[in-house]
Amino acid sequence: MSNTFLWAVFPYIAVALCVFGGLYRYFHDRFSFSSQSSQFLENRMAFWGSTMWHYAIILILIPHVLGFLVPGAWAALIADQTRLYVMEVTGLALAVMATLGLAILIVRRLSNARAQSVTSVMDWVLLGALGLQVVMGFWIAFFYRWGSEWYLHTSVPWLVSLVNFNPQIQYVTAMPLPVKIHMLNAFVILALFPFTRLVHIVTLPLPYLFRPYQVVIWNRKRNVPYDAPTGVASIGPDVPYLRRG
Amino acid sequence: MDIRAQVSMVFHLDKCIGCHTCSIACKNIWTDRKGTEYMWWNNVETKPGTGYPTTWEDQDKYKGGWVKDGDRLRLRLQGRTEGLGNIFFNPNLPTIDDYYEPWTYQYDELFNAPEGDDQPTARPISLITGKPMDIEAGPNWDDDLGGSPIYASNDVNLEKLTEHEREQLNEVERLVFFYLPRICNHCLNPSCVAACPSGAIYKRGEDGIVLISQEKCRAWRMCVSGCPYKKTYYNWATGKSEKCILCYPRLETGQAPACFHSCVGRIRYLGLLLYDADRIQETALADEADLVMAQRRIIQDPFDPLVIHAAKANGITDQQIAAAQNSPSYKFVKKWGIALPLHPEFRTLPMLFYVPPMLPVLGKMKDGIYDSSAVEGMGQMLNSLEKARIPVRYMASLFSAGNEEIIREVYRKNIAVRLFKRAQRVKDISAAEAQEALEIGKTTAEEAEAIFNLTSLPTMEERFVIPAFAREEAIEQSLDPYTHKPAAGFGYREAPARRW
Repeated sequence: MSNTFLWAVFPYIAVALCVFGGLYRYFHDRFSFSSQSSQFLENRMAFWGSTMWHYAIILILIPHVLGFLVPGAWAALIADQTRLYVMEVTGLALAVMATLGLAILIVRRLSNARAQSVTSVMDWVLLGALGLQVVMGFWIAFFYRWGSEWYLHTSVPWLVSLVNFNPQIQYVTAMPLPVKIHMLNAFVILALFPFTRLVHIVTLPLPYLFRPYQVVIWNRKRNVPYDAPTGVASIGPDVPYLRRG
Repeated sequence: MDIRAQVSMVFHLDKCIGCHTCSIACKNIWTDRKGTEYMWWNNVETKPGTGYPTTWEDQDKYKGGWVKDGDRLRLRLQGRTEGLGNIFFNPNLPTIDDYYEPWTYQYDELFNAPEGDDQPTARPISLITGKPMDIEAGPNWDDDLGGSPIYASNDVNLEKLTEHEREQLNEVERLVFFYLPRICNHCLNPSCVAACPSGAIYKRGEDGIVLISQEKCRAWRMCVSGCPYKKTYYNWATGKSEKCILCYPRLETGQAPACFHSCVGRIRYLGLLLYDADRIQETALADEADLVMAQRRIIQDPFDPLVIHAAKANGITDQQIAAAQNSPSYKFVKKWGIALPLHPEFRTLPMLFYVPPMLPVLGKMKDGIYDSSAVEGMGQMLNSLEKARIPVRYMASLFSAGNEEIIREVYRKNIAVRLFKRAQRVKDISAAEAQEALEIGKTTAEEAEAIFNLTSLPTMEERFVIPAFAREEAIEQSLDPYTHKPAAGFGYREAPARRW
């Protein structure tokens, strides 16, 4: 019963919260749809913590997602022993880096009075969940070797069964406790997504790479359409209530 | 020709008495909220001095503005891809300590302290942490040259001076300073807009006011780094950047911005300029010595029928054109050419112009004695600029990207106006000498009279020529109100607070 709830019901609740909660927040409270940076108040630890954390965790997440999306290709990639070694060692190094980065960020918010003043309860909840996740991930990488291999035969089939709305919990119920915590906590973090600063993940400003440098908005309709020989873009008329979101 | 209208400001530094009334008017209206206490959208600096935030002019440190790279402009801050790479940590962000930590006092301790031998004191407490703090810096910490061995001597503009000139500035007999009030320049080529990854900052097409959409801002803080004037600020409490909005709600209702309206010395002028948006790029790419002239060239004559035609084709209204023809900014900047942009070498084409202050023209001449005989011949008075207490080179570093000839021209004209009026009123200068001064100043009696009038005797209506503005939230201009009404209901306002 509890196994059914944990492995076959809770993931759906978490994903539903993530998607619908995220959409609700995007459309009804776009003002807060970002991470509230505190670098302005504390610069030095933010550099080491934030940079190490972000780059390491992104590089760690990529293989997690690839193994799930293209398990065949992933299996082929790690079929060679050397490549498997490289993968495992890199993963371990990145796990150390992410753990260290997050530890710095946690210590920063504990020790710096200015950073503390802009830290909310949900920030601590999130830091706790992320901390548990990277520590467990590191634990697994260290004590349960070859995760890049067995991940494909345990978690991935379970995740695929979830996607197919036919949950096969036998793939995961017999896993060791640290692995179970890691998998469940991943869904906890998904559920936390809309209620925390995690929403900033989907605000990555990729359009910046392509838009003209200058942005000009006209409140009224212009009589003449304007092409942009100077790199000055005209956007609009921008209707205020659409802009509000 | 793509003619657009731009609200443009002129600050006449000769009249600034450094009273900070403008700063207070602005603060009381816009930045008395949590997270904005340290912000001064309008601030008044003492020059020579390091300003606010400290040494903001030093772009080697802050990386603001544009750099001319061959025939292209690039942000000094970073390229676009580099910008995304720096998104987890902005390496060129000033921190709160570059401004100052805002504080208040525990006033209740004055009343609640137990009886004792000593006077109760109100301790300063930080407005960020709420804890007691030591005050180490504040806005205008170096006001009126306070602490100048530390502050004034670190003024970036002094680097251009010789060792001898710098030493002279420290002599008590030669001490000199003036005030530099600063607000957002509402640039034609704003680098804050260009640096914003979210595209949250925009220039209003109708009047050129630069605004930050609080809904679109995602707190990457690149605008704070990108603006060379450090006139966008990060609100640490809401996680949004904010900046001077030129009091657009006041402008839209025909009132001058609060800092303009409250100015005690009446140093501030506001009016429309018509400019050719097609030439923004070429103007921003001008050679350093030519930047001031290029900026004058991009401003178009509002009486030219061709310009008027192009302006109307662009939807500029008749009232706006009339306002541009009557604009004090047009007169000071283009017609008379005595108002100059601040640090044009940042290449953002700032639209706030300064009439440089008439320095104590004479410095110590020889053997520590002021040689007053030099003032008697008017030609010498005009040519005594070289002996001004603040070297022309210093003013050139501020207002003309190093072009000293432009500074001299402005000063010669301003001195000519003074001599011309002195000949009229005090009558200790002969008409011939006044005429000579006008010739050296490359001006005429009519122009000198006009400059005198707008400088010394202007009415409120002459200082602020405000046309009917396109309102920021006026729906009629883009949508049928009957379509809009059922979709929007009452108002759009939400408290700018984070609930998550």
